[in-house]
Amino acid sequence: MSIGHTLLGLLESGPRHGYDLKRAFDEHFGQDRPLHYGQVYSTMSRLLKNGLVEVDGVEAGAGPERKRYAITDAGITDVAQWLARPEKPEPYLQSTLYTKVVLALMTDRDAAELLDTQRAEHLRLMRGLTERKRTGDLADQLICDHALFHLEADLRWLELTAARLDKLAEAVGG
Amino acid sequence: MTPAGSLLEARALHKAYGPTPALDGADFAIHPGEVVAVMGPSGSGKSTLLHCLAGIIRPDSGSVRYGTHTLTGLSDARCSALRRTDFGFVFQFGQLVPELTCLENVALPLRLNGTKRKDAERQARDWLARLEVDGVAAKRPGEISGGQGQRVAVARALATRPRVIFADEPTGALDSLNGERVLTLLTDAARDTDAAVVLVTHESRVAAYADREIVVRDGIARETAGAA
Repeated sequence: MSIGHTLLGLLESGPRHGYDLKRAFDEHFGQDRPLHYGQVYSTMSRLLKNGLVEVDGVEAGAGPERKRYAITDAGITDVAQWLARPEKPEPYLQSTLYTKVVLALMTDRDAAELLDTQRAEHLRLMRGLTERKRTGDLADQLICDHALFHLEADLRWLELTAARLDKLAEAVGG
Repeated sequence: MTPAGSLLEARALHKAYGPTPALDGADFAIHPGEVVAVMGPSGSGKSTLLHCLAGIIRPDSGSVRYGTHTLTGLSDARCSALRRTDFGFVFQFGQLVPELTCLENVALPLRLNGTKRKDAERQARDWLARLEVDGVAAKRPGEISGGQGQRVAVARALATRPRVIFADEPTGALDSLNGERVLTLLTDAARDTDAAVVLVTHESRVAAYADREIVVRDGIARETAGAA
């Protein structure tokens, strides 16, 4: 999963401090693997350098200064491009797809379109594997079958998610 | 949209059963030799779309063009005749006549089109061999397995060398291996004879045998983004 794009997407609803970003990330996407503070600050520093975020304000306190980050127009474009680009189909893709769907809902983008684009990408790969099976030997067929079953599971997930988009939008407040 | 060289074309199809819309917009074209999967969840309108395309039911509005014919404007009799000569059908269950042998089942559409018995049976035998079930020619449908029966059904659908084959969940009742073999034989034979196939399925593994897919959701049919 792209942590940079996810943090950028979270910033679309308004400027946040690094700490708020970590909390929002953990709440929506970090059930199994919460972010370390170090990851947040190193990622924000990279996004800052690339002009995708800017510092919106600095609060002085007893500890280190707290920067508040805001997404730039270039950052919004970057998130939009990431969401629109289908992921390369591969096993255990669900966490990235889930993140994209949730972020699309949170930022009022078309999550159904995102799922359809991904479905087309999966089916394109499945067609290629099916063609390879038609002409391949038994080893080819078994290797392709393994990949096809995984892709089929992804597609079932895409279908179920598409059918539950309204409920998911309510749950994430999109 | 009038894509050059298209064989079957749907325009703005709508169909409702009572107050319930079953089909709420379909615009696409299918070309000769193309295998197109119609996908969607149960109850999404896939079968209604297939029946409209094949002229089995009339849409409430919109049109279906097949070659130079506007199916939606033809009489029932003319539509039936066209289905007999130009279309082939494969369904999930119960399509073979139980009283006839498998050979007679495959020869039946040829006989209905006026082919002499001897010639019809020779062609039927060839199709059974191509579908790898020539061994069941003399048996009745009740005496063969589901996989064999489905191959006989495909042979029957192909026997008249139709220009369009409509297949509605053709492997839904088969195990994986039999299903895949039937799909391979069906799509190979269709491509060889330059027939178009409209393959209705809810399974992505079946759709992967097609060249592209049309997705039906809540009665709305559309070609998927990036379909190649």
